[in-house]
Amino acid sequence: MDRQITYAQAVLEATEQCLAADESVYIMGLGVPDPKGIFGTTLGLVNKFGNKRVLDMPVSENGMTGIAIGSALVGMRPIMTHQRVDFMLISLDQIINNAAKWHYMFGGSMKVPLVIRLLIGRGWGQGPQHSQSLQALFAHIPGLKVVMPATAYDAKGMLISAVEDNNPVIYIEHRWLHNIFGHVPEEMYRVPLGKARIMFEGEDVTMVSSSCMTLDAIRAAEILRKDGISAEVIDLRSIKPLDQETIVNSVKKTGRIVAVDGGWRSFGVSGEVLAVVAEQAYRFLKEAPKRVAFPDVPTPTSWALANHYYPRAVNIVNAIKSMFGLPGQSEEQMGISYDVPLDVPDKTFTGPF
Amino acid sequence: MMADKTIAMSLYSTMLRIRMVEEKIVELYPEQEMRCPVHLCIGQEAIAAGVCAHLSEKDYLMSNHRSHGHYLAKGGSLKAMFAEIYGKAAGCSKGKGGSMHLVDLDVGIMGTTPIVAGSIPVAVGVAFGSALKGEDRITVAFFGDAATEEGVFCESLNFAALKKLPVLFVCENNYFSVYSPLSVRQPAERDNLALVKAYGIAGERGDGNNVLEVYRATGKAVQYLRNGKGPYYLEFDTYRWREHCGPNYDNDLGYRTEEEFLRWRHRCPADNFERYLVQEGYATPEKIIEIKKKISREIDEAVTFAKQCPFPDAGDAFIDVYA
Repeated sequence: MDRQITYAQAVLEATEQCLAADESVYIMGLGVPDPKGIFGTTLGLVNKFGNKRVLDMPVSENGMTGIAIGSALVGMRPIMTHQRVDFMLISLDQIINNAAKWHYMFGGSMKVPLVIRLLIGRGWGQGPQHSQSLQALFAHIPGLKVVMPATAYDAKGMLISAVEDNNPVIYIEHRWLHNIFGHVPEEMYRVPLGKARIMFEGEDVTMVSSSCMTLDAIRAAEILRKDGISAEVIDLRSIKPLDQETIVNSVKKTGRIVAVDGGWRSFGVSGEVLAVVAEQAYRFLKEAPKRVAFPDVPTPTSWALANHYYPRAVNIVNAIKSMFGLPGQSEEQMGISYDVPLDVPDKTFTGPF
Repeated sequence: MMADKTIAMSLYSTMLRIRMVEEKIVELYPEQEMRCPVHLCIGQEAIAAGVCAHLSEKDYLMSNHRSHGHYLAKGGSLKAMFAEIYGKAAGCSKGKGGSMHLVDLDVGIMGTTPIVAGSIPVAVGVAFGSALKGEDRITVAFFGDAATEEGVFCESLNFAALKKLPVLFVCENNYFSVYSPLSVRQPAERDNLALVKAYGIAGERGDGNNVLEVYRATGKAVQYLRNGKGPYYLEFDTYRWREHCGPNYDNDLGYRTEEEFLRWRHRCPADNFERYLVQEGYATPEKIIEIKKKISREIDEAVTFAKQCPFPDAGDAFIDVYA
């Protein structure tokens, strides 16, 4: 049976199954047991598992991260949630100095099984401090794992894998994916961390993307097909460990690559992907690689500005067309139309969120 | 205060052992074989000895960069500590940590770290996890006066009080953060006991150079914790004799006066307690010498072990990144 649930429901189901399967799992974060339940991803958990395992917390992100780490050292498996990536930046000390290094700096004698769920905001004026997409920052740190599932199926399978992993895992979910339906089996299943997925097979060019940008990449691939360009879309799923093999093998086949990232262009995931290709598949390249990523400026708030800030399918299509010597086109010319304003993902979003 | 003889002798031996271990580090550091920072607690030993005397191996301990004393008083392996400082494979952290990252899980030492206040919330988390599992253990967090200036210190107090966790916060106030005196860091009116009280946490401040006073205050605190009444805060005044980091004296730098140093030197916790033990008839001078010889032999054996045992393989740098 093709059971369809949303990404948010998949996150909830994974959390519920992990709590039921292992008594050492607990979830905490601001608003976890509140009536909105982190955009529905924690709804009802407190009734099922009680307030000792499903808990709200003081607004002390750094201290509470240290507390989660300490509890992990004595055998607990905490899941922390932050409703925006930006809020957790105050806990970078505990994440970078402690969580990422504890296993290593004490000679492997202890482990930190900790999942930190981070939500990326976008649209409706989220602005400079509610929209940051900092996967590159976390992926830079040895000892952390970083995942960004794009589908409901992966959201569930990767959250379960993250909870069962014995390392700190930064689990980044995009707000715009929460309402998207996908096939999700009811049973508890795992999607391995560190393995990319080919979402769309192609022969002429490789797109490497993650999270929400994977939807734009797929859309771009469909548009390019009309122009006779066969594009392959690789959804990274895990930023770290990075599945270099899948990327390199694809480029060996296509000879062209566009790295697509929902993060800033400089010093980011897109640059890392291209570096891997340059080092391992240089002689297979037929064209200079390209990047489609956020411009190197903070996210503006006004929708008049933000609408031009985020790259979309049109930007990816035109980047690829230029590789083939084809002229760029507007969205109108490509036949792309949006049935909702650009600052919301679908009609159900009416702000504020 | 009269002390039980066994306890008094044990407190003395613990202090003396810490002192002699660190003086051995002072002696050998110029050989340039201990190639990592060392933060010596010479002058501050009474706090480690007096606090840890109340802990069992099951109880947890976390600490900061100046942690040799805490590690030894809690029962951490001396050989593994020297091997760690020498960067050897047999070190307690297999050479990945050095003096600032001591661990001995067999006796509840869950790790020491040098980020000021960085291990305090982790200690609270250890207590939280332990409580969630229904264990009957207490956790001690050692830190210095500067840690009380960090935001995460207050965050940790708040959560420990909120959940009534069995955490003993122990502040060793040695009046300096590197060269920065307390006077440039905290208002004169600041009262940490009032601060913790605002969180509903009971506390006491005492003389950190008087081991019997530390022992008495900690006994009361530990009883409070074991009775499930929640966290407790102890602050002990003391003084580090040597430089912030390294084996030397540095009063010549002028950040503190020689007179101030000599006042504290005169209040040496080990010497004064030794005199007390002899005067009160707890120990003869011969007994004292015997204890010193025994510790000295143990230290020599540990140093010999650490010097002789092998370095880690170069490839070991690449393992244990992930569990």
